[in-house]
Amino acid sequence: MSGHSTYEPKTGFERWLDSRLPIIRFANDTIITFPTPKNLNYWWTFGGILSLMLGMQIVTGIILAMHYVPHVDYAFNSVQRIMRDVNYGWLIRNLHANGASMFFLAAYIHIFRNLYYGSYKSPREVLWILGCVIYLLMIITAFMGYVLPWGQMSFHGAVVITNLIGALPVVGPSITTWLWGGFAVDDPTLNRFFSLHYLLPFMIAGVVALHVWALHVPGNNNPTGVNVKSKEDTVPFHPYYTVKDGFAISVFLIMYAVFVFYLPDALGDAINYVKANPLQTPQHIVPEWYLLPFYAILRAVPNKLMGVILMFGAIATLFILPWLDTSKVRSMRYRPTARLYYFIFIFACLVLGLCGAHAPDDMVIPNVAGPQFLDANLNSYVWLSRIGALYYFVYFWVITPLLGLTETPLPEPESISSPVLSHPASAPAGAAASPEKRG
Amino acid sequence: MLRKGFAFAALGFALLAGPALAATTNEEPANVHWSFEGPFGKFDKEQLQRGYKVYREVCSACHSMDLMYFRNLGQKGGPFYDPKYPNPNNNPVVKSLAHDIQVKDIDTDTGDVVSRPATPADKFAAPFPNEYAARASNGGALPPDLSVMAKAREGGPAYIYSLLTGFKPAPAGLTLAAGKYYDPYYAGDLSGSWHGAPNKVPEGGAISMPPPLTDGKVTFDDGKPSTIKEEAYDVAAFLAWAAEPKMEERKAFGLGAMIYLLIFSVLLWFSYRRIWKNVAH
Repeated sequence: MSGHSTYEPKTGFERWLDSRLPIIRFANDTIITFPTPKNLNYWWTFGGILSLMLGMQIVTGIILAMHYVPHVDYAFNSVQRIMRDVNYGWLIRNLHANGASMFFLAAYIHIFRNLYYGSYKSPREVLWILGCVIYLLMIITAFMGYVLPWGQMSFHGAVVITNLIGALPVVGPSITTWLWGGFAVDDPTLNRFFSLHYLLPFMIAGVVALHVWALHVPGNNNPTGVNVKSKEDTVPFHPYYTVKDGFAISVFLIMYAVFVFYLPDALGDAINYVKANPLQTPQHIVPEWYLLPFYAILRAVPNKLMGVILMFGAIATLFILPWLDTSKVRSMRYRPTARLYYFIFIFACLVLGLCGAHAPDDMVIPNVAGPQFLDANLNSYVWLSRIGALYYFVYFWVITPLLGLTETPLPEPESISSPVLSHPASAPAGAAASPEKRG
Repeated sequence: MLRKGFAFAALGFALLAGPALAATTNEEPANVHWSFEGPFGKFDKEQLQRGYKVYREVCSACHSMDLMYFRNLGQKGGPFYDPKYPNPNNNPVVKSLAHDIQVKDIDTDTGDVVSRPATPADKFAAPFPNEYAARASNGGALPPDLSVMAKAREGGPAYIYSLLTGFKPAPAGLTLAAGKYYDPYYAGDLSGSWHGAPNKVPEGGAISMPPPLTDGKVTFDDGKPSTIKEEAYDVAAFLAWAAEPKMEERKAFGLGAMIYLLIFSVLLWFSYRRIWKNVAH
């Protein structure tokens, strides 16, 4: 889509079609000849993996919907019927349920790769924002999908999350009732969640199309972060990246298959194999692993409304990141200080995930009665999640803007080709030391 | 000096800290080994047959298995599968096992509710007509459905085995209400019925199910001695099978998928090396 097209129609039919609907030209320019930086490493293969996972979820989801019954009395048993009586139903359902986790895993790697190499910076802000929209839609879709099997965690998770909206002043309770379609999470809620869970993936697919479009205008960023200068810096997408992405996808599928065939329930909660019972609340209500960090931020704040604001703020922050980052250097290969804070940020996200999985009052270090501080014990997951949440926001709102102004980055290479072609000793230290550029 | 200050501060904080909060506890399930563990594990058919007998003669008096049909017993991977009868509805063993059980039906000539012997196409009959009847017969407690029990608890079959063999007399200081039994593997909070030291609340909970198994309660057809442990072990295996009758199919399919993906990955790796051979990157 960027640059002029190199497509030449070869047959009469292609010429005829090309002057009416240049769809072959479009496909050719998008996935065949598209000039792609030649130094993309394996962290760049997750875009392809994500497309595959979206397709996988849509295909398996459509088949599941043929057998699923969205009714509070039958939903749980209909899922079990899929597992027991539908031909290869166990396979379809395991692919779908574990596929959600794999989808999020790939999305997180994709996002963290983006943060490291500064891909969100000019001229790729719109590309980044569209990615954030996809991520937000994924969260909503996954949440609604988790409600559908109508197990104990499905139901009580839905109660907890929909109740959050009720924390909004004035309009909150009305919106909650409107969402529920009644005065509690019940059959109307399940029905609309099913309907929306079927709709949203197609909206995601639409935004993905925009995302790819927005990618193909400026072209790919690359591990050095410097712009493509000449034709020497690029290779055509096919066959170079189709084969490299293909290999990465195949390896990713092996990991996916390990979960589907050998650990199908490892990422789920045992209590969700108990049919939903509104009168019996589980001891701990926890979301799926991929939402735990946000859950921890929510619970870090004693005030419910503030918790909700911070949780949504954590995602909203991502949208404006291109304008929070003041550094002109894209890749953290040449920003050693930023790199340090970046790895602490990853650690903070993992810690938040850990906090989300534990009850707030649980001790972090077992059998150590820590001191009480304000409203909670210091040796509790409440305080750990507060530290994690604080770092999350400080990283984006304080460290990222200030660091760009104060740090001294290492010299960037002249072009993509120069650190590759010249002898490692003469290349800039950061580039030569980076093992990930291999491959 | 500084270190001493820290020690005092720590002591002060420790005194300020409130007492540990009451919470649900239970002992970790025993480390039991199963024939169906691991990527190649399969169910032991004889064990499943014994386990079915334990369920039928003991558990089914109170516990339903609403997701199970008699035909499941004769399907591939099931306890009574016979390759001579690929359609389990024709399997004579399954037919006779079903025939032993009476199920409710409606006489289509009169509309009356009648009882008739079950066929392989019938569900396992529930012991109680509804939840209220179940509670009324069990001191207010509801015996849970066992169809997916082996997946619905942390530890799965090991939990079931531990629970069934774990009943203990209530320790001194623990006063249980009538109709409650102490089991350290059952998740619960006993701090309300505990009169001993507050930091020594026993792990586990008070369960409404009396110890269901005794030595020799079931006579196994294959002559295996029916100790409590054997009965619990076999019924836990049976429930693991019932929770996922397609487990063997899943693992077998998985093996093919893994081999395919590994070969595919290797081929793609070499294709990648070859295509990129002349590109410095």
